[in-house]
Amino acid sequence: MSEHFPALQVLLPVLTAPLCLLLRHPTLVRVLSLAVTVGCLGISLALMEQAREVGTVVYEFGNWPRPLGIEYAVDTTNAFVLVIVSMIAAVVLPIGCRNSQVPEGREYLFYSAFLLCFGGLLGVAITGDVFNIFVFLEISSLATYILIAMGRDRRAIMAAYSYLIVGTIGATFLLIGIGLLYQMTGTLNIADLAVRLEDVKETRTVIVAFAFAMVGISIKLAVLPLHHWLPNAYTHAPPVVSAFLSATATKVAYYLMLRFIYTILGAGFVFDVLQFDVILTPLSLAAMFIGSLAAIYQTDFKRLLAYSSIAQIGYMTLGLSLNSELGAAAGIVHLFNHALMKGGLFLVAGCVLLRVGSTAIVDMRGLGSRMPLTASALVIAGLGMIGVPGTVGFVSKWALVSAALDQQAWQITVLILLSSLLALVYVWRLIEVMYLTEAPEGAERREAPPLYLIPTWILVLASVYFGFNTESTLGVARAAAHQLLGGAG
Amino acid sequence: MPRRSIHEVLILRVVSKGIFPFVLLFALYVQFHGDFGPGGGFQAGVIFAAGWVLYGLVFGLTELQKALPPRWVEIGTALGVLLYGGIGVWSMFAHGAFLDYNVLDHHSTVHGQHRGVFWVELGVGITVASVMIGIFYGFAGRRRVR
Repeated sequence: MSEHFPALQVLLPVLTAPLCLLLRHPTLVRVLSLAVTVGCLGISLALMEQAREVGTVVYEFGNWPRPLGIEYAVDTTNAFVLVIVSMIAAVVLPIGCRNSQVPEGREYLFYSAFLLCFGGLLGVAITGDVFNIFVFLEISSLATYILIAMGRDRRAIMAAYSYLIVGTIGATFLLIGIGLLYQMTGTLNIADLAVRLEDVKETRTVIVAFAFAMVGISIKLAVLPLHHWLPNAYTHAPPVVSAFLSATATKVAYYLMLRFIYTILGAGFVFDVLQFDVILTPLSLAAMFIGSLAAIYQTDFKRLLAYSSIAQIGYMTLGLSLNSELGAAAGIVHLFNHALMKGGLFLVAGCVLLRVGSTAIVDMRGLGSRMPLTASALVIAGLGMIGVPGTVGFVSKWALVSAALDQQAWQITVLILLSSLLALVYVWRLIEVMYLTEAPEGAERREAPPLYLIPTWILVLASVYFGFNTESTLGVARAAAHQLLGGAG
Repeated sequence: MPRRSIHEVLILRVVSKGIFPFVLLFALYVQFHGDFGPGGGFQAGVIFAAGWVLYGLVFGLTELQKALPPRWVEIGTALGVLLYGGIGVWSMFAHGAFLDYNVLDHHSTVHGQHRGVFWVELGVGITVASVMIGIFYGFAGRRRVR
């Protein structure tokens, strides 16, 4: 049984999606989807165990040996990503498609699309075949467009449409990159590509392939100049979808970037020959500041969170651009930590939307007394965004700062700390509105239902728990980075 | 001569009704002969759907949906994928890897491969045909927005 785990990880959600289409019964579909996400979480944790024991867990489809057939290859890095994706899915899915445009009796379509998106993201993370990556990326993206379009008002459709255009361009760029690599090597298997590329690395085709792949991935990851789809998509999507996507979709894109740079092309080529960090470092720093500054000036809570996501992605790519084991580990651990914090914050936005009816910051006046549990969840997760000790945010910042100091990059260290101050500004703005201003007259004092509060608080409490227990996150991230950078697996 | 709608042109109605079964038959040929010659599930599915689309164009969407309710199309979409995946899961139960056709027949791996490809391609055909018809329903069913 356990030898089939890599296949089952993706098969469960992908095959349950059509099953939902057949079953249609709202409760049945709901229970089934929940069972699948929980099952996937169990499988991903088991895979993590296996990967940490044997280095790389390999599954060959149809028993065709690689590089002939398609293989799934799970090492510590993608096992970690699998855990993040399935954990967030299992936590947020119970809320379901409330607060969206899904008509009564058609909920099964939401669950179908969600499972496809979920399965697609898992597929991107788990596969050891670059063309397979593209296929799964398309599966998850197409489902994402549907999910975003389910938002409460018509702007959601526009947001989904513009993401569709940009996302398709991104996927096309990635496909061109993959195609060029295939042309040069005649293989699509990641491990095989890495070997065969050695001889042809410095050809112009490979350099162009790298450029295409990086631009494509950067669009999906929303690296600063290519981030325009993100705020609208996250703002107008249903809260559960925003929480899920912000915590998983960009993380998977970041994983792809790691995989392309470290496993396929090799850090020596990317950073020493092509000097990719000369582009990536300024863009990351710019993302940290422009994203945070833009977040400060937002009037809508969800849009604020979306801009803060852009800044947080800057921290991740900054870790990558430091080109060291510590830097990569800082990026990888921030995947997990940011997923907890931002997932929690978007669920808070879901609670606010449910009871207040909008997520405009003006409408959140006096939330501290109107919805104490929701407001305090926001405060704790917000402290994490700033990087206060005792939260996961601190762990990420600490890892990133020590990676920067390790290379004596004083300027970068100072900039990281300065940008944290900007996070303080936008979080304080929320706290001020919630606790220090009076609630508008006649505002209802009603807490969000447990269905919303429990997943929110699970994420928020986890963000505190993993702020203290760093061994299971930072330890794993360091092991993953070590393996990724070519250390003994 | 007043312009008539496409639904009233006698020649179109008779000819398309005559062609219709042959289009479907050709689709089935492409589907099941795909193991030995050119063809396969994707092409067969498109041809199969083309037959229904032709019917819909000539006789109208309402008539077509009477013959082939949208709910059936939705079921077909899911069923094809499940058939494909089901073969893979079957081979897992037969102690092989996912989609390992060799284990599908106890006596010969060649028969196992043949059996696997046959059913998997049928799954592809069903899904492709259903999705094609579904897309046609989606576009043809839209009312004009003023």
